[in-house]
Amino acid sequence: MSRTGFLGGIASAPAEAAGTQAEAKIWLGRAARVGWPEILFWLLPVLAFFLLPDRLPLMSEIAILSLFALSLDLILGYAGIVSLGHAAFFGLGAYTAGLLARHGWSEPLSGLALATAAAGLLGFLSSFLVLRGSDLTRLMVTLGVAMVLAELANKMAWLTGGADGLVGMEVGPILGLFEFDIFGRTGFVYATVVLFLLFCVARYLVHTVFGLTLRGIKGNRLRMEAIGAPVSRNLIAVYTLAAAYAGAAGALLAQTTQFVSLDVLEFHRSAEVLLVLIIGGTGYLYGGLVGAVLFRVAQDWLTGFTQQYWLFWLGLILVVLVLVSREGLKGLFDLARRRLQRGAGP
Amino acid sequence: MSVLEAKGLVKRFGGFLATNDVSIGFAQGARHALIGPNGAGKTTLVNLLTGVLRPDVGTILLEGRDVTGLPPHERVRLGLVRTFQINQLFSGLTPLESILLAIAQRIDRKGDRWRPVARDDEAIREAVELLTRLDLESVMTRPTATLAYGKRRLLEVALALACRPRVLLLDEPAAGVPHGERDEILNAIALLPREVTVVLIEHDMDLVFRFAERISVLVNGALLMEGTPAEVAASRKVREVYLGESLDG
Repeated sequence: MSRTGFLGGIASAPAEAAGTQAEAKIWLGRAARVGWPEILFWLLPVLAFFLLPDRLPLMSEIAILSLFALSLDLILGYAGIVSLGHAAFFGLGAYTAGLLARHGWSEPLSGLALATAAAGLLGFLSSFLVLRGSDLTRLMVTLGVAMVLAELANKMAWLTGGADGLVGMEVGPILGLFEFDIFGRTGFVYATVVLFLLFCVARYLVHTVFGLTLRGIKGNRLRMEAIGAPVSRNLIAVYTLAAAYAGAAGALLAQTTQFVSLDVLEFHRSAEVLLVLIIGGTGYLYGGLVGAVLFRVAQDWLTGFTQQYWLFWLGLILVVLVLVSREGLKGLFDLARRRLQRGAGP
Repeated sequence: MSVLEAKGLVKRFGGFLATNDVSIGFAQGARHALIGPNGAGKTTLVNLLTGVLRPDVGTILLEGRDVTGLPPHERVRLGLVRTFQINQLFSGLTPLESILLAIAQRIDRKGDRWRPVARDDEAIREAVELLTRLDLESVMTRPTATLAYGKRRLLEVALALACRPRVLLLDEPAAGVPHGERDEILNAIALLPREVTVVLIEHDMDLVFRFAERISVLVNGALLMEGTPAEVAASRKVREVYLGESLDG
């Protein structure tokens, strides 16, 4: 990296330092820059809208599952908090949006905002339970919170409709312009746009000092304290944020399907979203999205040709995937890239 | 006056008395070594001073302020910084990111947390300067986990320096580093501003006598003696319980 000034080396020491500094800045900026694979990725939903008009309800579901998995990635992939009860926030968001629409608050955007805020509040309150303790205690605590909430929703049938589900929601047009239609066009665009906007916010955040702090906490909590970091404050912030995201996903499900059932709070939701994220890989934001696409498409395809045994095949695929690559699809991508680079190199 | 002072510290683990009524002070700008045989309670004392452990009895004063009840990260913010005997690094981050992280925690201006890391020119300049000073700039963008052990040991010290300590506790900084590479670490410490108080916890007598202007000897959790290197070297008590013949070597 030595650069020689026109006076031949006299100024080389500061010039070298400046060169290293520029190099550092470029290297740091590279991670945050938007690359063409990303642009292509976000063209996929646009293509899907035009090419697969009769599959839009499935596509909306994928977008919602993506957002849910993205929210889990914020705490698991970035801050290292494992959760088996992330459905608590998803379900609370769904019921909040559903109840608002059921009781005359039909405007969807404010309903979405309120549901997001409600889930965020629950996230904030329960974050104090996951601050300390091992992975195992966190699994138990998160699982416990979700179970309590699911049982509450079941018992409060006068409010939630209990096992019959919450019916009679009325969701108005978005911005007063776009009615939800039976083909799911509005629903799909709505869910995808919300996913995209929240994704952009998350993408910005992970490249800030806050994002770096989270990665530091995940990497070595003891050292974070030894460099003066208020670990708890950062964990509370990210847990609250992730809960809000999950709440938004739940609200989108309620509004686009105009129905909420106890199913949104059940354990299989929490397990499914964890699976989806692990399939896609954690800690790079796209894992949840890629995982959601694959999971739902595989589910759709497998149930198409083997109605009863699709879970068998899904399980088999998962076991093989994890055996081949511990980091899910991200690991496979990395492996493929390394192979390609080696092939292209000398 | 002492910058960092402990008064009557006692710490028990069950029936084991790890720290037995230790009172010790470190003067401003001191180059002070803390020595003692294995199990003498050196690391426990460091953990008490930095707040990882709470003493059962006693108080700790930092620049006259009682910090006995403060958690570790708040003591760091007041300038009491340590390194670890066993590397405590961010294996998933690069050295550049690790140092930037430490700088960011030190500055911690409101609003800065929400700025992209790549935009903070001032922090990047400081990080590159520090990395260059410790000869880490050539590996600054490589994952820490892939660095050679000697480099990781340097990064361990660099992380503490990025916190701009007023009192720096070095817990066996050269542990496991081959003799030929120790000078790099010692040089980094020697370059510290004179007003910084440095406390070295070390086994290697060669290192201790090259570095220290004052030495405290800890035995069985209690302070055996304190004095200049010459006084400690001449002490019969110290020779008997701890040093044996190694002082001559």
